[in-house]
Amino acid sequence: MAEVLDLVLRLVLILAVFLVLPLIVGQTEHKVMAHMQSRLGPMYAGGFHGWAQLIADGVKFMQKEDVVPAAADRRIFSIAPAVALVPYLVVLAVIPIGPGLVGTDLNVGLFFVLAVMGVGVLGSIMAGWSSGNKFSVLGGMRSAAQLVSYELPLVLAASSVAMAAGTLSLPGIVEAWEWWWLPWQAIGLAVFFIAGLAELRRPPFDMPIAESEIIMGPMTEYTGIRFALFLLAEYAGIVVLSALTTVLFLGGWQGPLLPGPVWTLIKVFALAFVVIWVRVSYPRLREDQLQKLAWLGLVPLALLQLAITGVVKVALA
Amino acid sequence: MNEAPSYLSPTGHEIVFLLLGVVAVGAALLVVTTRQVVHAALWLVVCLGALAGCYLVLTAEFVAWVQVLIYVGAVVVLLLFGIMLTRAPIGRSADLNSGNRVVAAVVALATAVVLVTVVADGFRHAYVDLSPAGPVKQGTAEAVGAAVFRYWVLPFEALSVLLLAALIGAIVLSRTDIRGR
Repeated sequence: MAEVLDLVLRLVLILAVFLVLPLIVGQTEHKVMAHMQSRLGPMYAGGFHGWAQLIADGVKFMQKEDVVPAAADRRIFSIAPAVALVPYLVVLAVIPIGPGLVGTDLNVGLFFVLAVMGVGVLGSIMAGWSSGNKFSVLGGMRSAAQLVSYELPLVLAASSVAMAAGTLSLPGIVEAWEWWWLPWQAIGLAVFFIAGLAELRRPPFDMPIAESEIIMGPMTEYTGIRFALFLLAEYAGIVVLSALTTVLFLGGWQGPLLPGPVWTLIKVFALAFVVIWVRVSYPRLREDQLQKLAWLGLVPLALLQLAITGVVKVALA
Repeated sequence: MNEAPSYLSPTGHEIVFLLLGVVAVGAALLVVTTRQVVHAALWLVVCLGALAGCYLVLTAEFVAWVQVLIYVGAVVVLLLFGIMLTRAPIGRSADLNSGNRVVAAVVALATAVVLVTVVADGFRHAYVDLSPAGPVKQGTAEAVGAAVFRYWVLPFEALSVLLLAALIGAIVLSRTDIRGR
């Protein structure tokens, strides 16, 4: 009985984190972007600095009509948002927040996370194709091309950490982490974070969405709650990417004075802030620049990091 | 290898394994019978996912997630990209049936028969205890790594050479400044 209770409690906690953190990140994005662009952002909903804006948005999305275009492939059109969103929820189950504070400690947690995150992109490809709209198909194709190129540096950078820690379990990696891993794995950190941003299709890697040329790509035809699910997937993706980078490269719950989970949250939110900052600062990369960055920039760098990790590991042993 | 318990009282694991097998075979049949190209690719996702589920039930965690990462995350995405780049109409296409389908069905059935007989004959009385308390922990990354790099190094290296050859071939094919003689 105690075991079942423990499991239920963990699942409820994960669901709560999944529902709350993306909203906070979304609201932070509203405000941070606004202030970086010398404006105020939402100020009225809820009173204090418009804190309830996203909740109000959510209510608005739920009331809107859910339109399915006549030319669309109905079934695939309607399951696509779920395919995009659910993987991020599943991934959260293995990300450790503090010592022992993890949904479940998988022996191959790192591979689980990378594999499941890759599935999320299928949602955007499905949405792009099934909308029956040229712009959406273009967006779907760009998503697919982007995923295929950036998956490789992402996996290579992550395996460098696994090599350093000698384990694929995420809590195991955090336990093995030491401060001098920061300079040692610095290249891997940069490659992982950039490739992760590209995998989330966040600016400056938002070629598949590119609202000024292909009008949100795969999401062009979506309205109401299904569109909201895509938005939620994007913010959940930011949380998952920040949490993963924290766990793999920044030592997760390790830090002086404050308790472990607080450190994890601080690091996650600092990275989420960087994600927003990058969005405001950089112009969108063109498709050929995107591919060039992945194949000529990130892949060789990730291989270099693997070599460095291997050499140091052998020298220390 | 212990004595096999009776087939008449299947455990929960065995039932789940069978159900996943049914899903995999059903999805595979839909891949070749559906009249919509993109649906075929998406049924392939279901099929490969069910296969990964089978690996999981057999406690081969590492292989299961690598399967999802490589096949669902990369191969099918590439496949979808190719389909969308060339021809991906919404709705049914009439000309999807190949003229070779009878031959293909015969070949597929023959392969299945050969594999099933060989595997069933080879492992008829073999029984591996997969329960958590059991003696084998074969599915962990550690066990797979040790097996590949200790006992199966030669096949592994041979496969690497094959992949390298394919890579070089792809580069040669895609570069227009290399001319054939």
